[in-house]
Amino acid sequence: MVRKLTLRQYDALIGFILILPSLIIILGISLQPILSTLYFSLFEASRGINASQTFIGLGNYVALLTDAVFWAAIGRTLYFTLVSVVLELVLGLAIAQLIHTRPPGWRFLRTSLIIPWAVPTIVNGTMWRWIYNADYGALNGLLSQLGLIDKYIPWLTKPELAMNLVILADIWHSVPFIALILQAALATLPADLEEAAAVDGANALQRFLLIRLPLLRPAILVALVIRTVEAFRVFDIIYVITNGGPAFSTVTISYLTYLETFSFGHIGRGSALSFLISLFTLVMAFVYIRILYRPEEKL
Amino acid sequence: MNKALRTLILVLLVMVVLLFIYLPVAWLVISSISTRAELLSTPIHWIPQQPTLQNYLNIFFPSRGVSEVARTFRITLWNSFVVASSVTAITLVVGSLAAYALIRLRLPFSQTLLIGIMGTRMIPEISLVIPLYIFASRFRLLNTPTILIVTYLSFALPFAIWLMAAFFDTIPIELEDAARVDGCNRLQTLVRIILPISAPGLVSTGLFVFLTAWDEFFFALIFTSTVAAKTVPVAIAEFTGRYVVDVGSMMTGGVLAAIPPVLFSLIFQRYIVSGLTAGAVKG
Repeated sequence: MVRKLTLRQYDALIGFILILPSLIIILGISLQPILSTLYFSLFEASRGINASQTFIGLGNYVALLTDAVFWAAIGRTLYFTLVSVVLELVLGLAIAQLIHTRPPGWRFLRTSLIIPWAVPTIVNGTMWRWIYNADYGALNGLLSQLGLIDKYIPWLTKPELAMNLVILADIWHSVPFIALILQAALATLPADLEEAAAVDGANALQRFLLIRLPLLRPAILVALVIRTVEAFRVFDIIYVITNGGPAFSTVTISYLTYLETFSFGHIGRGSALSFLISLFTLVMAFVYIRILYRPEEKL
Repeated sequence: MNKALRTLILVLLVMVVLLFIYLPVAWLVISSISTRAELLSTPIHWIPQQPTLQNYLNIFFPSRGVSEVARTFRITLWNSFVVASSVTAITLVVGSLAAYALIRLRLPFSQTLLIGIMGTRMIPEISLVIPLYIFASRFRLLNTPTILIVTYLSFALPFAIWLMAAFFDTIPIELEDAARVDGCNRLQTLVRIILPISAPGLVSTGLFVFLTAWDEFFFALIFTSTVAAKTVPVAIAEFTGRYVVDVGSMMTGGVLAAIPPVLFSLIFQRYIVSGLTAGAVKG
């Protein structure tokens, strides 16, 4: 006998059918693989994907955490993340603020910001690599014509410079993204608070620090967390600009994982590394969701 | 402060930002229309004396002397287009159904599910790549657009669900009640009432997914090696790697790869800003 479903049960049934394809896809291509990666990370497998494997428990993790190469990569990753994210936030906020004051040409500026954001990462990297070229690059050409350097500098062969040059390319791509988010947030802020503060004698700096910045906090946090997660796993732009060089000075944690896995065939160790990256990312993702997802309190 | 002086300073600042944005792009374009001799000259030729479209012709009408990457670049453009459009179409259909179910139908645990789904989007590609590679080689999917379409869903689908959920959430529930009173069932309501209203959300989501898929490099690098499936980012990266500097072709490839996303983004500008504020993420 067919029992008639209540509306609620009917809804839940339809809902389940609608969500099922998505759940199957996500289970199959995200959850199952990440669990496999965790599983592989417990094995000593250092001769390619099809080679024999020995269970070593947390051995790969212990080996990593006691390896100077690992910590050097972590250090570079943190340097890249910290410097790029801080600079991007400051510059992004400054540009958003500039647009918000509605100077002549602000509409054109706002539209222009979309371009660097939309240019594919690999194109961005290739473009900067050519700009940094030692013999024919635009950076050398410009600086020498301005009389700032006597002879051309081989920028990308200098270990102390390479990472900063990658950061500059990343800034070109990401500052517009942050500026766009923040200028949209600025446009929604109420003006009366600041006007009241001005009447009460607060100067421009006080108004900015004490009123505008706190109101922008949610948007800033979103931009901050998105960029931190992305910067921590930076790979593409390093692959095209420096290939990890010179002298490993731009080997970040993702790049190290790539080398271990695909150049050296250390599947177990590579899996352990990539699982550590995931772990960090998931912590950041949790923060991100806590900030973004507040059903009761809409921004 | 004097008002004129203030305006002058602001205009100068605007110009500095504009220069920072446009100088690299201009150099990319100029390099693509310069001859090899001019590109490799010192001091630098900022404005090419003999601008040429030869690099573009080499890509679209390749002759025999052209390097392999340039010769096959058209095909990789097509591959990128096929992969990005397929991923966009699949995620829009599958993702908006799931988002609707999560937001409107009284599913148990829908909040937890939504958060879990967003969590999977955050998993870096590198943590998925080894199992996916094994899967691809077992099913002979390496070097096919199919494996790219499937693996791109790992980041595109959760992202689309999240964005569409945010859009569905802004649609007043009264609309649906009214439709139901008029005799629509759930699916009819979704197709006739909700989807038309969420057209801006679909456009915005579709745009972000397309751009992210067009931009993707890592999976394409690992899973493809021949023109059967190689995408544009991989082809451009190969210009720098395998061949002795062919800067002109490289920059031309860059211009061609950048045109679709830049054009789409400029056309659909207002959707991008609304998408960004809804918490969209494309680095």
